[in-house]
Amino acid sequence: MPATLAAYSVVAVYSAITVYVIAFIAFALDLSKRSAIAQASAKALATPAQLTVGGSGAGTTVLEKPSAVPSVRGKASRYQRTGYALVIVGWVVHLTALVLRGLAAGRVPWANLYEFAMTGTAIMIGVFIFIQFYRDVKFLGAYITGVVVLLLGLASVNFYVAVTPLPPALQSAWLVIHVFVATLGTGFFAVGGGLSIAQLLQTRREAGGLTRAPFLATFPMAEVLENIAYRVVVVGFAFWTFTLMAGAIWAERAWGRYWGWDTKEVWTFIIWVTFAGYIHARATRGWRGSRSAWLAIIGFSAVLFNYTVVNLFFKGLHAYSGL
Amino acid sequence: MVSRTRSDATDAADGTSTRSDPLRPSDHIDSAGPIDDSVTQPRLGPLGYVRFFWRQLTSMRTALILLLLLALGAVPGSLVPQRSSDPNGVVAYQTANPQSFKVLDSLGLFSTFTSPWFSAIYLLLFISLVGCIIPRLKHHLDALRAKPPKTPARLERLVGYASTTTTTDAESAIVQARSLLKRQGYRVARYDTDGPHPSLSISAERGYLRESGNLVFHLALVGMLLTVGVFGSFGYTGQRILVQGEAFTNSLTDYDSYNPGRFANENSLQPFQLRLDSFQPKYLFQDGSWSPESFNANLSTRVPGGSWTKQLLQVNSPLSIGGTQVYLLGNGFAPIVTVKDPSGKVVYSGAVPFLSQDANLTSAGVIKVPDGLAKQVAFQGFFCPTPVATTTGCTSLSPYLSDAAVLQLSVFTGNLGLDKGTPVNAYSLNEDGLTKIAGFRTKVDGLQLTKGKTAQLPDGLGSIEFTGISRYVSVDVHHDPTPAFALLFAMLILGGLLLSLFVPRRRVWIKALPGKDGRTRLEYAGLARGEDPTLARAVSELVARHGQHLDGVTAEPSSDDPPTRT
Repeated sequence: MPATLAAYSVVAVYSAITVYVIAFIAFALDLSKRSAIAQASAKALATPAQLTVGGSGAGTTVLEKPSAVPSVRGKASRYQRTGYALVIVGWVVHLTALVLRGLAAGRVPWANLYEFAMTGTAIMIGVFIFIQFYRDVKFLGAYITGVVVLLLGLASVNFYVAVTPLPPALQSAWLVIHVFVATLGTGFFAVGGGLSIAQLLQTRREAGGLTRAPFLATFPMAEVLENIAYRVVVVGFAFWTFTLMAGAIWAERAWGRYWGWDTKEVWTFIIWVTFAGYIHARATRGWRGSRSAWLAIIGFSAVLFNYTVVNLFFKGLHAYSGL
Repeated sequence: MVSRTRSDATDAADGTSTRSDPLRPSDHIDSAGPIDDSVTQPRLGPLGYVRFFWRQLTSMRTALILLLLLALGAVPGSLVPQRSSDPNGVVAYQTANPQSFKVLDSLGLFSTFTSPWFSAIYLLLFISLVGCIIPRLKHHLDALRAKPPKTPARLERLVGYASTTTTTDAESAIVQARSLLKRQGYRVARYDTDGPHPSLSISAERGYLRESGNLVFHLALVGMLLTVGVFGSFGYTGQRILVQGEAFTNSLTDYDSYNPGRFANENSLQPFQLRLDSFQPKYLFQDGSWSPESFNANLSTRVPGGSWTKQLLQVNSPLSIGGTQVYLLGNGFAPIVTVKDPSGKVVYSGAVPFLSQDANLTSAGVIKVPDGLAKQVAFQGFFCPTPVATTTGCTSLSPYLSDAAVLQLSVFTGNLGLDKGTPVNAYSLNEDGLTKIAGFRTKVDGLQLTKGKTAQLPDGLGSIEFTGISRYVSVDVHHDPTPAFALLFAMLILGGLLLSLFVPRRRVWIKALPGKDGRTRLEYAGLARGEDPTLARAVSELVARHGQHLDGVTAEPSSDDPPTRT
């Protein structure tokens, strides 16, 4: 019976990946649609402007840079609505896979690298959906489905392990709390990272660059993106702080010390300090804006690095990849 | 760092008075701006330089750069094995790369987190932190006693501006406003103006917990550093391999290894005793390999003056005894051997712990017999609980003990180096000065023993019998006075952080203007002090709430969209 459940879980994971891939395509089409809209409205704006320039003849002195790096808003395209609906469908399938895996194992489904990837990506999508209730950030759909498909695909193909009972070191209630909150933090950092990337691109567009990505004109302004990113990252930071503490409490139970600079502890610390740096940077004159956005992106990269490279190649006590 | 612009701050007419704002370094985004010293700066005296460096050290920018350095500085601690967490890895690295080891070691990279440069980073960071916190603490304590600032003359330009008219008179409306705001946790002050257009108003401010939380967070970080750095030095850790039936007393001489903290006193060791009665592992076979399911070590413990009590020690479930914690680290097999001289006299007998080399408990070990035989003799080899033969020895197919369990030994003679009085690792053999007389790459086959069998040693030295098998566990004994304090500070850090990130600091005003038509005009507006995404909504909710207490309310259409701060 557990073997059957586990097999169904795998089927569900691959189904979810398929749905996410289609959602990704829909979101990508949405971006090109946005580009088309942006270019059309740019043309509409540019035509009278050219007339003025032509009329003023030699008057070159007042040629301002088109402060219209115009921002275009419109109704959500059909592609975006399709993509978002697919994300929700994919998420339900994804959650089913998680539940089946948990039932098959008779425990929480986040005890090895494969399961952590399953749960972590489900949380990323969950956070993405959750944030929509406060703020429409569906324009990040291509980014978030792209990241999730990559991570989940990578994990399913390379990290898959059969259901095994928990090794003694993981038999603790803290597994439920510590690891789950870590995935929550990761989910918020993932969305925050995406917003910060969008912010950096938008900043360049606002400075007159990036003409090859006209869809950016339909995104919120850089400052707005930065504000949303900050709020998302700050929630992730609170979760990460809790992860670090719960981990320390568990380490004290399991290994007899709450902090021992194990490789995973080192990276958890590095990530924490980086995001602490991000929060300070946003409050420091001269660092708000692109510089702090880079820190959010570096922080999320460190999370990914911690999750993949550190898990697989670094020696340490957190050797639970199951590989 | 104390931004001097603060002291000049007055109650600005637009309500942005900064007097009750949290104090921030001058390069903080919320502070009035950097002071351009370059123009009028006089030549700095020695004291001037001190002040200058202090201001630099306690600025936001310095703190930020130190934070980033701290993150960066921790990276090598994960790339290079650390003496604290992986001492064997350090030795292995030294053997493999003696050249680069020297370079890295001189940089302190094998003990990154206690190295001078890493310590310098975090000490500077904490000095910067303390230097920033103390003036803020004082300022905040003052702000906690201060009244909210005067109501601005014009509210139209502020966040969430709304106005209504009501038939309730101005005085009652403002009394209602005051009690409503108080109930919502605002600190309130009443400001009335006379003149041709008299007005009554309530100025309210809330979210002082944001700054309190911020200060608690940073102070608790300092507390955590002191706890770990200072009180942690009163603790000790020790490791001991405990063979079945053997009793261990918590004293310096009984440890295999002992690491005292800087201020640890060996007299403070509680002389409790531990004894391993039995060890029961459980494994599960799946996909061609064994994985552990549970390790149960049945111990007897005794505190001085008490009697032996049975206790179960498991991974993730340490024993607490005599103010110390006992943890289950590892386990393995300890073959029992008896060595006799040619006349049959027993010269050595005991259980020798063999250290496991893989998940199936292929174990390696050394037996040293310095006295009693014609020469000093050492045995080195493998123990396999479920063996399959290999060219160099055996490997185990299962972690469970089988009848075929085999002990394979090479034999050495020569000086074991035990007489010099220098400590020697009991679990490894230094082959310098030893002659291998039986085993791989010698003319004589190594010894193959199953349980109960005896083998003769080469050169008529005597015999060795494999008499039985014991289990052993390795335990870690910790005495650490800090966890309770560390936990306390951790809670303060987390609590402070949540307050400082999610409590909005905001001001709102409600102004009542008596009209000539007998109606009272009411104006509402808010002002964010720091991150506050929900301010506009809060003001509009306030308008609705207040309206419930008034009669005949009609909203006035807003002339244009009020500026919203995002």
